[in-house]
Amino acid sequence: MSEPLLTLEGVHTHIGRYHILQGVDFAVPRGSFTVLLGRNGAGKTTTLRTIMGLWKASRGSIRFAGQDLAARPTPEIAASGIAYVPENMSVFSGLTVRENLILAARSGKIDDTRLEWIFSLFPAMQRFFGLAAGTLSGGQKQMLAISRALIEPRDLILIDEPTKGLAPAIVANMIKAFREVKNAGTTVLLVEQNFMAAKMLGDSVAVMDDGRVVHRGAMAELAADHALQHRLLGLHMEVHQ
Amino acid sequence: MLSRVISGDGPRSPVLTAALLLILVVLAFAPFLFSGAQPLNVAAKICVFILLVASYDLLLGYTGIVSFAHTMFFGIGGYGAAIALSRLGPSWSALALGIVVAIVVAGLLALVIGLFSLRVRAIFFAMITLAVATAFLVLASQLSGFTGGEDGLNYSVPESLRPSFRLLEQPVFGTVVNGRIVTYYILFFVVLAGFLLLLRIVNSPFGSVLQAIRENEFRAEALGYPVVIYRSIASVVSAVIAAVAGVLLALWLRYTGPDTTLSFAIMIDVLLMVVIGGMGTLYGAVIGSVLMIIAENYLPAVFGKLGAAAAGIPFAPLILSADRWLLWLGILFVLSVYFFPTGIVGKLRALWQNRKGGAPQTRSARAEHEKE
Repeated sequence: MSEPLLTLEGVHTHIGRYHILQGVDFAVPRGSFTVLLGRNGAGKTTTLRTIMGLWKASRGSIRFAGQDLAARPTPEIAASGIAYVPENMSVFSGLTVRENLILAARSGKIDDTRLEWIFSLFPAMQRFFGLAAGTLSGGQKQMLAISRALIEPRDLILIDEPTKGLAPAIVANMIKAFREVKNAGTTVLLVEQNFMAAKMLGDSVAVMDDGRVVHRGAMAELAADHALQHRLLGLHMEVHQ
Repeated sequence: MLSRVISGDGPRSPVLTAALLLILVVLAFAPFLFSGAQPLNVAAKICVFILLVASYDLLLGYTGIVSFAHTMFFGIGGYGAAIALSRLGPSWSALALGIVVAIVVAGLLALVIGLFSLRVRAIFFAMITLAVATAFLVLASQLSGFTGGEDGLNYSVPESLRPSFRLLEQPVFGTVVNGRIVTYYILFFVVLAGFLLLLRIVNSPFGSVLQAIRENEFRAEALGYPVVIYRSIASVVSAVIAAVAGVLLALWLRYTGPDTTLSFAIMIDVLLMVVIGGMGTLYGAVIGSVLMIIAENYLPAVFGKLGAAAAGIPFAPLILSADRWLLWLGILFVLSVYFFPTGIVGKLRALWQNRKGGAPQTRSARAEHEKE
């Protein structure tokens, strides 16, 4: 296993009076595709938001490429090389596809080669390049949100439930695109409820429950152990058929 | 070429284009089109308010900041010019000093308010700006030795801006080109330049960031944009342009007082103009300013005549008399917000879009929705 790019140790997060993350520990190896699984309300989204500094960790350490992220403001964390794709098709609907992509490019310019690559992953982005993002379909918005994270090479991409609410055909297309991202050597931390998608993409996995990581290991091991899946995620055999 | 001048952000509706061209032509030739002082006063006030309202649209429409302190910056501009001209005499150097001081004070004050207050939630920021603006209004009224208090300041402007000044010996189209007309054209061209600058700003990458912040500040932060800094910069730009508008009004009126620059009635007018015209469009500032200022100046007379004509009809004079115009304006405002929530500009653009059956890309996007 390569050296971790991101390490969370004993991370606690409070939102108001609620103690959401209660000591999260896991690592994301450099160049790997790590999947964060867990039931609804387990703390997966809060974990991503805490890494990005959108919720402040009340305790614990978050280390990214040797730097401590816990006390840093969100824009600095983003500038350090982490891209974040929030859940729910998070695009800026009043801006065009092009403007959405330019916003995500820290230099303010889009690299043509990179753009061609994105168009090859998501051809809809090329067709609707000058169109307001608000007029895109749900699947296209999700593609745009992911394209924004890919518009520049990043050290780490955090993606929150990209397949949520999408039709199976689009999910298949997205998995194909993620495979290419993975093959390009990008480190990804993916929160996913769709176990089939997670199984196809993940190298390593962390399973959360009640604000803690209750299982860490290789995705292949979890994928092969149905009893463990049932215990950790409440999955039944039909998922694998 | 024209597209570059307007930063590629056209009106996107033929009706709107025609209306804007008409307004531009009328304002450009107002001194030669109308006789008497009132039409030129109305045209000058429209020019000043276009700049003031457009600068407020940068804050409210593009950045999503609700501020009640915009007239304070307008007042800083007005008082900057007024105090300099009344204390140092009616020279260009005094005016230039007044403008520079006003711009610096407005910019710094906006920066301080922004950096300290833009972290809080929108409603609290609005309350803070209301408190600061109230304090400034009280201060301007109380410091009578400096600001003229409630009476304000009367002053002379540089000689070439006075009515007695003649720029040309011969009249042009029957109009004597005097200092008032010179002042009007200074107003007109400064407002035009300011408006085009604002168009450039909102269509720049900086403008895209502001719109992203308006839509979702957390997403904008997650992309690496420090929201407070961007909001503060937008606040400073908006305040500086409002101060310039204040200077222009001071030059035109040759009087600056709390009622002409700092009052909350002006703040409410600015809000109405932005909302009626269409927030986040800039062109809405033009439409809103023209409609509101024409209504304020001519509706009382129209209603006076209607009231007199309907004198024999029961209850008609009650609802049609000259002093009822504000009631009708209020009703019109409620109806326009109800039926045109995106303002006149938004509605005209949507109508044109629908008439065209949606943009070609929109049509194909819609078709692909079935698949994706």
